[in-house]
Amino acid sequence: MFKDMIKDIVTSYGPAGRETTVSKTIRKYIEPLVDEVYYDALGNLIAHKKGTSGKKIMLSAHMDQIGFIVTDIDENGFLRVATVGGVNPHMVLSQGVVFENGVKGLVYMETKDLSYASLDISKLFIDIGAASKEEAEKLVEIGDMAVYRPDFVDMGKRISCAAMDDRIGCAVMIEAFKKANTEHDVYLVFTVQEEVGCRGAGVAAYAIEPDFNINFDVTSFGDTPNATFVNISLGKGAAIKVMDSSVIVPKAAREFLESCANEIGAKFQREILRAGGTDTSAVQKSRCGVMASCISIPCRYVHSQVEMVDMDDVNACVDITACALSRKELPGF
Amino acid sequence: MLGRLSEIYGVSGDEGRVRAFIKKELAPYADEMHTDRMGNLIVHKKGEGKKIMLDAHMDEVGLLVLGIREDGLLAITGNSMDPRVLVSKRVVVGPNLVPGVIGAKAIHLQSAADRESALKVSQLYVDIGAKDKEDAMSCVSVGDHICFTTKFSDFGEGLFKGKALDDRIGCALVMKLMMNNYDCDLYGVFTVQEEVGIRGAQAAAFSVQPDIAIAFEGTTANDIDPKCDIGHVTKVGHGPAISFMDGGNITRPQMFKALVSSAKEAGIKYQLRQGTRGRTDAGMAALAASGCFAGGISVPTRYIHSPVSIASWDDFNAAYALADHFLANKKFLEVNANV
Repeated sequence: MFKDMIKDIVTSYGPAGRETTVSKTIRKYIEPLVDEVYYDALGNLIAHKKGTSGKKIMLSAHMDQIGFIVTDIDENGFLRVATVGGVNPHMVLSQGVVFENGVKGLVYMETKDLSYASLDISKLFIDIGAASKEEAEKLVEIGDMAVYRPDFVDMGKRISCAAMDDRIGCAVMIEAFKKANTEHDVYLVFTVQEEVGCRGAGVAAYAIEPDFNINFDVTSFGDTPNATFVNISLGKGAAIKVMDSSVIVPKAAREFLESCANEIGAKFQREILRAGGTDTSAVQKSRCGVMASCISIPCRYVHSQVEMVDMDDVNACVDITACALSRKELPGF
Repeated sequence: MLGRLSEIYGVSGDEGRVRAFIKKELAPYADEMHTDRMGNLIVHKKGEGKKIMLDAHMDEVGLLVLGIREDGLLAITGNSMDPRVLVSKRVVVGPNLVPGVIGAKAIHLQSAADRESALKVSQLYVDIGAKDKEDAMSCVSVGDHICFTTKFSDFGEGLFKGKALDDRIGCALVMKLMMNNYDCDLYGVFTVQEEVGIRGAQAAAFSVQPDIAIAFEGTTANDIDPKCDIGHVTKVGHGPAISFMDGGNITRPQMFKALVSSAKEAGIKYQLRQGTRGRTDAGMAALAASGCFAGGISVPTRYIHSPVSIASWDDFNAAYALADHFLANKKFLEVNANV
């Protein structure tokens, strides 16, 4: 079941720079479908299925998630942390977290001389239930990373969990590839360190030199009470990227994806994301330039413990991608 | 060697003197040396097996002549420095090394309000003793680099002080390592323009395309606040600092473990760099071409990005021993992509 795979991938541990656990989960699903699977020096997981057309398509989604890194352990066993990626201190306050080795913790804040308005990460700490530095050091070391403790909630059509950003993109890629009938060389790249600056995608694209790239990532939302205006709603279909703050998708690539959506009657909306960049930009600028595009999954509450997506949108993303892979002609100028 | 390196003038964009010194010292040990179009010096000792790049940046923080005023004083610009450290420092200006001082209004002439606020770089100037613009223009030009002149010396118990320890410490470490023979394909890379945005390393790492890169740095030590028991980045005298993450690089676990176990095996007292801000050449090397494993070994240094900073000989020597153990015992063979 697609939803079971999503749950398995989205609940796997994998902050930026520590993607090994989640990469192993993903590998389990993709390995039977391809000719070879390997890692590069940064830890990108690359699955390759050979084709006959002589053209290379790179599908990409990042498997890392935001988190915390332990920078210090105090005398009483509290952990001081820095952020890994875009962590909002208000969103993480009083949330549960988990380390790679399974140690659980809670995020709380200094209470003296502090107002909620001025809350920043230096005022937060993680309590792992240790009563002293010695006890804490048996469980966690400086340099270890924690992520939101995953709580997968199935509401039927909609599902919610931390790290939907961008494990849902990873799952869409795998599901679409399963359904697709393609003659092209396909590289499925599960990238690392997107949350700290789109680092993995660029080096993977350099090595692969694709003719066409479809990136998959979540996008923001504008359909909740008094939300900032964003022209994206849950349930209104796949979001085909026009631009974000890091990239403008060439019209030829966007129209190619839109024609796929129209061909199969999949619902889509156009995405213009004003705050936030994606791996698409790193791929686009690789070597002499790559025709890069992006299909985004509308997602509420991005970078929180409760990121939510709609399965109808997710399935639309899958179907559009499968259609795109089956096309003989790829977009060009 | 470190003392001589420290005293060479080499502000970002004007690294030629540092490069010439390193080139001369390493010539007997290198199979090939070349300077690329940005000014990075790339020293190669050919070997079999993994390609390893040892990196340090040659440039130091400094200032630039922005303009020459009618009264012969030099308007200046600079970055990466706290303007509060600049006033009344001795400098040299331009290729002729014209001596100057960074001037500001004397305390007698300051209003109460003046004394309350720090001067900005735009309010400071360099005085080279010229009587007017024409006089100044006879020995300096717009665009000339301005460098501090601090002398290097031993200091305290096992410490040393000097300018440009960030990153001549790194240069000295890489030079010493390049004088040895290791069983790998070894590159020593001395980069330019790190202090203005990690610029040289991008080009240098792209041309080398190593399997493994190690950046050697003089890094922030903030160990002087006795009230504070958390929040240290590094502490002077507590050994070389191994980086797990900074603003540009997350050290891959394989690489981090190989460095930490090198220290443990060799019985070297080490510390972790407990800050995640600031970037080094390591992050740029990691992302060059199809990527590599990048790590960092730093010598804790107090007061970096100022005219004088302080570090410890024990830390310096231990940083060398740590890197030497990693290379001599082929610890790099433990750093592999497949997990």
